[in-house]
Amino acid sequence: MATISREEVANLARLARISMSDAELDHLAGEMDVILGAVARVQEVARADVPPTSHPLAFSNVTREDVVKPSLTPEQALSGAPASAEQRFKVPQILGEE
Amino acid sequence: MSLNYDRALEIYEPTLGLEVHVELNTNSKMFCGCATEFGAQPNTQTCPVCLGLPGSLPVVNERAIESTILIGLALNCSIAPFSRFARKNYFYPDMPKNFQTSQYDEPICVNGFLDVEVETDDGNEIFRVEIERVHMEEDTGKSLHVGGATGRIHGADYSLLDYNRAGIPLVEIVTKIVPNTGKYAPAVARGYVAALRDILRSLKVSDVKMEQGSLRCDVNLSLSKKGSGELGTRSETKNVNSLRSVERAVTGEIIRHANRLQSGEKIVQETRHFLEESGQTRPGRSKEQAEDYRYFPEPDLVPVVPDAKWIEELRNSLPEKPAERRKRLQQAWSVPDKEMSAMVNAELLDTVEQTVLLGADPTKARSWWLGEISRIANDKSVAPTELITVKDVAQIIELIAKGELTDKLARQVVEGVIAKEGEPSEVIAKRGLKVVSDDSELMKAIEAAIAATPETAQKVRDGNIPAAGALIGAVMKSTGGQADAARVRELLLKHLGQ
Amino acid sequence: MSIRDNAWQMASALSNKEISAVELANQHYEQINAVDKDVHAFLYLDKEGALAQAQEVDKKRASGEKLSPLAGVPLALKDVMTQKDVPTTCGSKILENWRPPYDSTVVTKLKEAGVIILGKTNMDEFAMGSSTENSAYGPTHNPWDLTRIPGGSGGGSSASLAAFEAPLAIGTDTGGSIRQPAAVTGTVGVKPTYGGVSRYGLVAFSSSLDQAGPCARTVLDAALLHQVIAGFDPKDSTSINQVVPDVVAAAKKLDIKGMKIGVVKQLAGEGYQKGVENKFNEAIAELVKLGAEIIEVSCPNFEYALAAYYLIAPSECSSNLARFDSIRFGLRVGDDGVKSAEEVMNLSRQAGFGREVKRRIILGTYALSSGYYDAYYGSAQKVRTLIKQDFDNAFAKCDVLVSPTAPTTAFKIGEKSNDPLAMYLNDIATIPVNMAGIGGMSLPCGLAEEDKLPVGFQIMSPAMKDDRMYLVGGALEAALLAKWGKPILDFAPKLAGSK
Repeated sequence: MATISREEVANLARLARISMSDAELDHLAGEMDVILGAVARVQEVARADVPPTSHPLAFSNVTREDVVKPSLTPEQALSGAPASAEQRFKVPQILGEE
Repeated sequence: MSLNYDRALEIYEPTLGLEVHVELNTNSKMFCGCATEFGAQPNTQTCPVCLGLPGSLPVVNERAIESTILIGLALNCSIAPFSRFARKNYFYPDMPKNFQTSQYDEPICVNGFLDVEVETDDGNEIFRVEIERVHMEEDTGKSLHVGGATGRIHGADYSLLDYNRAGIPLVEIVTKIVPNTGKYAPAVARGYVAALRDILRSLKVSDVKMEQGSLRCDVNLSLSKKGSGELGTRSETKNVNSLRSVERAVTGEIIRHANRLQSGEKIVQETRHFLEESGQTRPGRSKEQAEDYRYFPEPDLVPVVPDAKWIEELRNSLPEKPAERRKRLQQAWSVPDKEMSAMVNAELLDTVEQTVLLGADPTKARSWWLGEISRIANDKSVAPTELITVKDVAQIIELIAKGELTDKLARQVVEGVIAKEGEPSEVIAKRGLKVVSDDSELMKAIEAAIAATPETAQKVRDGNIPAAGALIGAVMKSTGGQADAARVRELLLKHLGQ
Repeated sequence: MSIRDNAWQMASALSNKEISAVELANQHYEQINAVDKDVHAFLYLDKEGALAQAQEVDKKRASGEKLSPLAGVPLALKDVMTQKDVPTTCGSKILENWRPPYDSTVVTKLKEAGVIILGKTNMDEFAMGSSTENSAYGPTHNPWDLTRIPGGSGGGSSASLAAFEAPLAIGTDTGGSIRQPAAVTGTVGVKPTYGGVSRYGLVAFSSSLDQAGPCARTVLDAALLHQVIAGFDPKDSTSINQVVPDVVAAAKKLDIKGMKIGVVKQLAGEGYQKGVENKFNEAIAELVKLGAEIIEVSCPNFEYALAAYYLIAPSECSSNLARFDSIRFGLRVGDDGVKSAEEVMNLSRQAGFGREVKRRIILGTYALSSGYYDAYYGSAQKVRTLIKQDFDNAFAKCDVLVSPTAPTTAFKIGEKSNDPLAMYLNDIATIPVNMAGIGGMSLPCGLAEEDKLPVGFQIMSPAMKDDRMYLVGGALEAALLAKWGKPILDFAPKLAGSK
């Protein structure tokens, strides 16, 4: 049995905000199944008594002083925007919540 | 038949949960050096970091950590010896990185409480609200919806985004569920937010301006049938932005839940929006397409491991707790409960205290601020402190105490100061409001009054002391109210041999 | 003075005023014009900016100002590093024409040192790949054989060195993207200790694994560039706040007598090309001759490194790449005045990301999602702990560890592009280094007899002991040069039009 269904892949694409074609979803579902089969090996040695490592080096408490530094100009900030108006980033209508 | 509030609470027991977001008043943002001024021109306080430009990296603002620990300590929390940031992944246009850097399973402060005093039928009662966690995160940008009929998202043609607010440090304070508040649930919710606000203000870590959004409250509420012992399904009302709204939102949700349950309908677990006009809520985002936030430790930041000595230093630096301070002042000033509450509710405790510290009598200070000045402020819909300074009020009270002003004259001085005629001394000079304290001038007026009504004067000479009232009145009238009535009485009685 | 010289030779010619920085840059642009139509190492040439920079250096030198050792030497910059106002695409359509409003810290340091940035080099999209075939702008070709891949993701940077288009280059290494391209192009590539070089302005693929480093044709050149770009950066919270080890002195020392060198048992055998193993063993023999002690060490958890890597890197990338949403920068598709922001976002990401990137985003989204986190991402993090422990145990016995860099020499373009798992195996020997955050270097150790293509020798040093790999690398390089009689790149066929 497959580790992951096409519907699950479609849901992941939704979570990741990528509007994949049906053909792409079909193909990817197959690939994902193979890849997940291979990477699931990590479970063989991931015993409960092994602590997880999220940072390669164990540093802590890196902070900066609460001092204001120069910002970009609004022109610089907006320089890469696909669309802007009134010194703001312009986007199509936002659905969902308010 | 629909249930009203009282009836609803005969059948159901409410359970509260409150999540408060506080914007810290740091100079710079949470993870970058951009300024945090409220109301700046759009996108003038942004940089690669808070715009989430590719390649940029966050660095934590040390004062944000300090402020959060202070909040935790003031709320009786334990400070975690090891705490981490995590990414909360979801897409939204006002969130530049499409993840929020927050804290998840390793928050910086846990397990605290805040005692909330609420007026009940049996006098003031303390409700202990337990705090689950206090953690750090970052604010989002602001969107402006253009076009469409309502100015809301629905029907808007497009939206405009300003990221000045994106990345401002936020502290989220989450309570455990608050059970057994009964009909006082709305008052406990309000009292909690008010007490929290007082603490935050005393710590000087936030502007705590609900109207500007620097303190925002989400209200979770569920009902369970009395005696059932089962928790009901909760609704989450977002961004309730005044103390009064917190109270109204809880009341409204209790009535809404009760009526749904009573008619056999289910409560949907959902986010709701509070409607300021009606005091009701309406559904927001539906949960049918559930987000999965995919939290994981933020790899661009390292853990926060606060030094125990530093925590103790911060603990020792905590200011007096607002509730304790209130008790202390109430005792020192011998103020009855009711008046004390009035002063607190009017947010004038600090002002009165400052006035007293300048030498004013506590009772006088209280009655001026809560009386005359509040009345005028109310008419003008402004805060009393915006009308007149503490220093001016203290001075006026001092002049009354010295006998240089009567209460009546003082009211005119206050009026003049509010009308921007100058400081009290200038108003007194301009309006000629000084008390007539020259005895010889008063004697002239007394003699004139006696001459006008010799028969009244005779009654007084004959021992009918109350009859002196009419003569005193006449003197006060002839001096335009600028005489000290007590002195007039004294001089008059002496002159008439009494 | 020739463009085939090493960077340190160019630096001394510049400082002796035998050549100007402008002339040197122009010579390289001539070579690029001649060969890059075949190699396709560059995505963008900033000739105007580079010549202005070169002029500045020449002016300063003429006025007698003290300059940094590499002032005036040209460099090729991997297109994953932001350079202010210069296009930065990361090999992706989604960033086509994006000109960042800021310099990465690496670029700031290069500019301060007077290193001339010729242009931006090709790469697998967002550094995801081992062949540079995943670039949205077409593959780079290996100068040794144009039908073969130059490695990846930093194939452009390494190919530019092998094609003498630049004497120095910047790469980034998340699972081997500096070292594996170095191995298959016969050049040197170094992944410093994690945190050794600032990541500020390095467009993140996997934040806890990414590390920028120097690419060059010799170990000493790499050391000189390392010295320029390394060091603490307050803008990067994961940057190391310590003195950078003296890698230049180490590269020049050439004396490894008595050093203990560990050969990792697990990084050999099945899957490793015969010629790769032979050349590796010959290099070991050289090390013995130099007086090093060879010890076999076992790192049993390395066999899980690849699986853990393909969970951690995709997980972090799924989050890092969320910001590409068509709002503040980058490609926007489908904005017709009717579609919603969300629809436009989804269409833009669909159009802007290539297949491998989408595959990894989906894989990472899965590994982090509730219900699967512990089994996948969480388990992978535990494997990371085990790999670190393996390294700790090994370094308790040895000063450095060694292995082949890549299991094979350069393969044919297109050969593995439809088999992600086969492609992922290219990084089997390089990934453990990233997982543990330690240093790793690849330098050429000969040509495999079966295909006459370069083989890479990997040296791994403990965290913050980067000087050790330069010490061993410098000594081995000198011994091999003496044995071969000429630099390895002189064995490569000459490119059409090349000088």
